[in-house]
Amino acid sequence: MKIFQVSIFGAIVFASAFAVQAQDYRGKAVANMQRDFHTRGIAHKDRLDEDVLQNICNRSDNKPPKAMAETLQNDQLRDIEYPADGKFLGDWKSGEKIAQRGRGMTWSDKLAKTSRGEPNGGSCYNCHQIGPKETSFGTIGNSLFHFGKIRGYGPDTQKYVYGKIYNAKAFNLCSKMPRFGHSETLTEEEIKDLVALLLDPKSPVNQ
Amino acid sequence: MTSIKLRAVVALFGLALVCAAQAQQAAAPKKAATQTKKAANSSPSAIAAEFEKFRDIMEDASPAELFEAKGEELWKMKRGPKNASLEQCDLGQGRGVVKGAYVRMPRYFADADQVMDAERRIVYCMVTLQGFKEADLAKKPFSSGSHTPDPVSLVTYVAANSRGMKIAVPQKHPREREAFNVGKEIFNYRAGPWDFSCDTCHGESGLRIRTQDLPNLTSKKEAIAAFQSWPGYRMTGGLMHSLQWRLNDCFRQQRFPEPGYVSETISDLMTYLGVNANGHVYKGPGIKR
Ligand code: HEC
Ligand code: HEC
Repeated sequence: MKIFQVSIFGAIVFASAFAVQAQDYRGKAVANMQRDFHTRGIAHKDRLDEDVLQNICNRSDNKPPKAMAETLQNDQLRDIEYPADGKFLGDWKSGEKIAQRGRGMTWSDKLAKTSRGEPNGGSCYNCHQIGPKETSFGTIGNSLFHFGKIRGYGPDTQKYVYGKIYNAKAFNLCSKMPRFGHSETLTEEEIKDLVALLLDPKSPVNQ
Repeated sequence: MTSIKLRAVVALFGLALVCAAQAQQAAAPKKAATQTKKAANSSPSAIAAEFEKFRDIMEDASPAELFEAKGEELWKMKRGPKNASLEQCDLGQGRGVVKGAYVRMPRYFADADQVMDAERRIVYCMVTLQGFKEADLAKKPFSSGSHTPDPVSLVTYVAANSRGMKIAVPQKHPREREAFNVGKEIFNYRAGPWDFSCDTCHGESGLRIRTQDLPNLTSKKEAIAAFQSWPGYRMTGGLMHSLQWRLNDCFRQQRFPEPGYVSETISDLMTYLGVNANGHVYKGPGIKR
């Protein structure tokens, strides 16, 4: 993870402006959580610590002023590591499996990529309608059925979808969608497979 | 840009944000309609409807009653290093009074100088009256396999004695009001690798994860879900679970570290959820999917 100086200034100024509030419920909430939580399995206690983006979204009820959101979104945009080979489309079949898989990053999961760990999933179906066969899908996110058909298959769309999965906050600062590349939940290859699920003309998503 | 200029620009943003936040506090309840999404998918899933039908049939002979009976036995039996029963335990309605206690918790207890939810208070009584050690009770606090921890049965018994009563979580004491406000902050606190908070999944009506309906726990109407059916007999796995377990498992799904058993953090959250549910009638321990 990178450190963004601009945003850190923002957070400090922001924090001190809020400190004048008489009833510091947020401060008490953070202190209580710091005291009451413990590391379990791979879920280390330092997960309670907010990064700059989380801090700003938390303090603004997920609605920071536009200008600030733009600055921070650009920070997130710079964080995205696009594939070195310039190719975005992997294998949609494997993408479907990743979209289905809901495991990963909880204290009852093993670290992915270790010999004993299972691969992480994207939990995509938890929040999105995607393929036509899967009727058990969540509704926190919009439907992605026919995504390529509607939005086009071109390189710009491919790059956008890769980036959105890598870091959803680069396009919508306080989005509910996790940052799968930034948090190292999914690998470059896995994200490419998901892009293919949405944008390969042969994928069932686009039939 | 030099860093000084940056600082000034960002300071302006910061100020704007403070004003915006304060304006928001004054304005309407949070979360107006977002985007145009999910209009097409909002009808409750067939599976959920099926389950609801099944639950109505089951409710007459609920397995939760077994745990009520076990809890009553444990309440009245002399146990622990001090060989005492829990009949001297004050749940907020006077020593030994169980009736109506559950729907009036969490509440402030002067003897402990803490706001406590039902399970936290029961554990407090097991420690102070019976001499059990909190650390021992916290070792395996949730049901698994054929093991149901005593506090789970006890809280089921206590909850059953509020069946049919109106939820009235008190907000008179300043500490109770503080617990509500701190609980609200915890509810909205996004962190961890997936940037989730309770609000991510429970801050809007009409959402689902897969086929599971997500109650909007910030709305008066749906906040009853936090109370109703917990403690509950969960058919997935066939285990009796309390609200302590439910919140623990939601923190797991939130990709957070683990909250301490019967900790203040949990009591704060339950105060927030409970006050939101005030006025609804609690139907008693039930069955969960
Ligand atoms: C916790 C919920 C959640 C999860 C999990 C999730 N998303 Fe999203 N996603 C959203 C929400 C909400 C939006 C719409 C708001 C936004 O754009 O940020 C969205 C937007 C998107 C978009 C942009 C859609 C558009 O119209 O431009 C894409 C593409 C997407 N998600 C793909 C995925 C994929 C692939 C996965 C799994 C790796 C995934 N999402 C997992 C919640 C989620
Ligand atoms: C990633 C998603 C997610 C997050 C984050 C989450 N929950 Fe949940 N929650 C769920 C799901 C799924 C259910 C199960 C709904 C069902 O049983 O149908 C649930 C159920 C509940 C219930 C019981 C509702 C009922 O009808 O029985 C309560 C109360 C609850 N959550 C509170 C919380 C609180 C408090 C937090 C934050 C500490 C939280 N949740 C965070 C997904 C989540």
